[in-house]
Amino acid sequence: MKTTLSWLKTHLETEAALGAIVDRLVMLGHDVEGVENRAEALGPFTVASVVSAERHPNADRLKVCLVDTGKTQVQVVCGAPNAHAGMKGVFAPAGTVIPRTGSLLRETVIRGVASRGMLCSAYELGLGEDREGIIELPEDAPVGMPYASYARLGDTVLDIKVTPNRADCLGVRGIARDLAASGLGCLKPLDATPVQGCFRSPIGIHIEDHSACPLFLGRHLRGVRNGPSPDWLRSRLEAIGLRPISALVDSTNFLTFDLNRPLHVFDAGRLTGDLTVRFARPGETLLALNGQEYALDTEMTAIADKAAVRSLGGVIGGEATGCTEATTEVFIEAALFDPVRTAATGRKLNVASDARYRFERGLDPAFVADGIEIATRLMLDLCGGEASEIVTAGAVPNWRRRYVLRPERPATLGGLEMPPEKSAAILTALGFAVESQPDGQLIAEPPSWRGDILGEADLVEEVVRVKGYDQIPAVSLPRETALSRPSLTPAQRRAELVRRTLAARGLVEAVTFSFISTREAELFGGAKPELRLVNPISADLDAMRPSLLPGLVSAARRNADRGFPDTALFELGPLYRDDTPAGQALAAAGLRAGHIVPKQWRKKGREVDLYDVKVDALAALAAMGASVESVQISADPPAWYHPGRAGTLRLGPKVLGAFGELHPAVIDALDARSPLAGFEVFLDVVPEPRSGRAKPPVHLSVFQPIERDFAFVVDDDLPAETLLRAARAVDRKLVTEIRLFDVYQGAGLSEAKKSLAITVVLQPQERTLTDAEIESFSQRLIAQVEKDTGGQLRG
Amino acid sequence: MENFDEVVKEIAAAASPEALEAIRVQVLGRRGSLTLAMRELGALDPEQRRKAGAALNVAKDRVTAALTEATARLGRSALEERLAGERADVTLPLSFDATGRIHPISQTIDEIVAIFGEMGFAVAEGPHIEEDFYNFTALNIPPEHPARQEHDTFYLPDRPDGARLALRTHTSPVQIRTMQAQEPPIRIIVPGRTFRCDHDATHSPMFHQVEGLVVDRTTQMGHLKGCLIEFLRAFFGLDDLPVRFRPSYFPFTEPSAEVDIGCSRKGGELKIGAGGDWLEILGSGMVHPQVLKNCGIDPAEYQGFAFGMGIERVAMLKYGIPDVRAFYDSDLRWLRHYGFLPLDIPSLVRGPLS
Repeated sequence: MKTTLSWLKTHLETEAALGAIVDRLVMLGHDVEGVENRAEALGPFTVASVVSAERHPNADRLKVCLVDTGKTQVQVVCGAPNAHAGMKGVFAPAGTVIPRTGSLLRETVIRGVASRGMLCSAYELGLGEDREGIIELPEDAPVGMPYASYARLGDTVLDIKVTPNRADCLGVRGIARDLAASGLGCLKPLDATPVQGCFRSPIGIHIEDHSACPLFLGRHLRGVRNGPSPDWLRSRLEAIGLRPISALVDSTNFLTFDLNRPLHVFDAGRLTGDLTVRFARPGETLLALNGQEYALDTEMTAIADKAAVRSLGGVIGGEATGCTEATTEVFIEAALFDPVRTAATGRKLNVASDARYRFERGLDPAFVADGIEIATRLMLDLCGGEASEIVTAGAVPNWRRRYVLRPERPATLGGLEMPPEKSAAILTALGFAVESQPDGQLIAEPPSWRGDILGEADLVEEVVRVKGYDQIPAVSLPRETALSRPSLTPAQRRAELVRRTLAARGLVEAVTFSFISTREAELFGGAKPELRLVNPISADLDAMRPSLLPGLVSAARRNADRGFPDTALFELGPLYRDDTPAGQALAAAGLRAGHIVPKQWRKKGREVDLYDVKVDALAALAAMGASVESVQISADPPAWYHPGRAGTLRLGPKVLGAFGELHPAVIDALDARSPLAGFEVFLDVVPEPRSGRAKPPVHLSVFQPIERDFAFVVDDDLPAETLLRAARAVDRKLVTEIRLFDVYQGAGLSEAKKSLAITVVLQPQERTLTDAEIESFSQRLIAQVEKDTGGQLRG
Repeated sequence: MENFDEVVKEIAAAASPEALEAIRVQVLGRRGSLTLAMRELGALDPEQRRKAGAALNVAKDRVTAALTEATARLGRSALEERLAGERADVTLPLSFDATGRIHPISQTIDEIVAIFGEMGFAVAEGPHIEEDFYNFTALNIPPEHPARQEHDTFYLPDRPDGARLALRTHTSPVQIRTMQAQEPPIRIIVPGRTFRCDHDATHSPMFHQVEGLVVDRTTQMGHLKGCLIEFLRAFFGLDDLPVRFRPSYFPFTEPSAEVDIGCSRKGGELKIGAGGDWLEILGSGMVHPQVLKNCGIDPAEYQGFAFGMGIERVAMLKYGIPDVRAFYDSDLRWLRHYGFLPLDIPSLVRGPLS
């Protein structure tokens, strides 16, 4: 909402300086988003005439102009193609700061000719984008006059952000009223003296549905002469960015912005019979004032005469009955339209009008009659003619309601001690009718323009707001306990541990969108219809992700495209299995692409493979306190993994996640490059570690552990885990560790065989083992492995 | 008697352990000159034996000492020779085993949690796919409320039961879910993903917010001010950071306040701190009585405050990150530059927050 300082002062009697007004507006809740004082910046610029413009002796494109500033004649070198003798322009003397560039204009010599000022373009003044030519003013522009005064740029423009609840401040008077209530001046009286009607309106009005339009006042004016508005009105509208059209139209716009009372004027000569407010009928259309044709539906409030719909109530008027220069009689409409219906209509038709903006926020129901009187007077003043009596349909809806403000509430809710009489004074100044009770309670009736006041909390806000939020003493929240308690649940804490563990393993954390393309979602087992956005921002982002991996693959691809093919990324975030809260799961996923180690003098470079991400996945599980030894790994990965080079992580019946190299077809489909290995673990599935802080006692044997190596020849498709499980089972007390240190295939072994070599660590507890005991253990181990795997000790 | 001075000299001159051993055998061996001389002492008369014996003992001590000294000398030079041959190029470059990074969003959330944790707040979470009721209606935003249109909501297909589903446009629905599930007193913060269908230079369709909610019998606006001033000063690490509260409007709070922090824009550069200018940073207010009622909490008995803040925005301000879209681009160079080391865990107790 824009206004100018002088406009504001037509409603507010105040000595306050601009800065004080701006500060007060902000502290009243009306944020000032811009203060534009063009006159100040344009002070040195004056209207001047070009006496002569000769070609520059040393430059074809430049002209040497003699400029008459009204006081003296100044020589200026000018490069504008439109500079010519006899024109009027805008002159800046040397020493002026150019508003657009902020640079200082100096006296200079250009190609041997002195230049002591400048003829300016709109661009340089910050008034437009035209920088080709200099401003050319009409012949009658008075030489020597400050350009700001000439162009009526003298006023300070305030751009005020009015919050949606304060519909009353969508008029300049509402803002003045708030400022006055806060003590920054006095609200000037408003003259709404009725205009005596001198004939009966030939046009009657009717309302079919009072919920859509509770009140409609109308008035016929005849003998009017429409033409341009006077300067004062034009300059106000221009200052706030409106284009003046004609006195009749400008009057309605003025009422809208000055008093927050939107009106409509029909060219009465183009209406057929009475006006009726009714719902539009199927098939009806309206060619609106903005030149657009709208198809109406039965939910829309139409204002129709006998022939057609002429206007959409509270939204936009019709072209066919709009006022023109030729208009001699008008019909003024001042009405109340249902905010909800007005908003719905405007939204459906995508019409954002100043009227709609106000009607959907709620207008002062008691100001309709005053509004039409003030509008009548203005139009008669500007256009002459005479007014009919007012015709009325409907009635002012009952807006009166009362709320109690308990004396302690400003302090106990608003944090500010306020004696009841002070609260009462503030509310009264804001227009409330206040009754003080002996016990300090105030009974307050909000004024008709404050539809936003709906309870005691609103009264507290008014009192505290006008007194000033800066007056509220800041108080620390009292501590509920002497020491801080954990903020995180165990699950949140585990997620944090996984995050930092993966980062410590060399993976860089990414955050990718929760939505991906349907195609990507399909590749990763998703894209259910219920998880597809109705209104995605683009077709690439239309499906809630079933997995974190596609986002990471895209990220790896983008990095590779930039020339960084070796990536190690992870993300900790949600995936979506269905549209219920339970369908949202927290997962940690990682993706390694390209080389795990770049080539170095010390290590050979190596490409990533499934084992890199297997360790990542297990490390994530271990960080959560899961017992990694009890995790089972099966060679049945989800379809987006390589069927032979990936696995599923399980704990009994639960799937904890999966890892492995991605399926070559998926890599292709996502335009990514091999090798690409990823993992995903589901944090919610991993059981929480058993509670209890005390750890079991530890037995630290005094005897040295013994290591024995064994190599077995087994079938080449035997999972190593089978052999390890067999070896572990031999003597769970004695064996503390088994390490698989070699996998061999090739010379010395038959085709379908491999050799697995393990180190078994034996930890004696009570005494040193004898050779015979060690030998006996070895035999049992060899026998067990042979039994479980068919493997033979390698000779 | 043999001249052992010569022997001592030879020992001192011996160039290798082998030469030294040969001298030792020659002198002290079973048939060594000194051993033999000792053996011959028995043939002498007592007087001579005593004299000669003493001389031989002195000689033996000298030889033994010389041998010990020579052994040590040879050992030293052998070690020196070995070390001279073992020289390595200590300037050869090695890479650390690459360390990953924590995303600035995660780190900022951890910082926010660390500060509010000290004030007794617990971290709550909620679903991203949210029913219209929780995202809007329960928060006092009925279907035709103008605020709904300002939210640029992403919608999902309606549930079979007719429930309208949306991606939550703010973290505020978790207020509702928490109040429905938990009796006051309540002190929670809710960091998390939020979504609005808006994509340009300063908006991302997905972003993060942190919501705060306090509900008890006595919390008033002074507490709201105290809590947020303390948070903002701790977060930005500026004890004198100016904080301003000005009236505003949110459908779910009454009274409502917009919170600004001090800044300077001198020379076109934004700097947080006392500088005569203001920067809007978060929205807040006292929980609207109707919202409490919607959650089954009696507004005659309980009250409190709520606030909401954009996490990207505060991260950008604190760490000088220029572009919000880069948060989600996963450019490794950006992540390494703006990311945090994994062991840099935010804590008020351990030290400044980054």
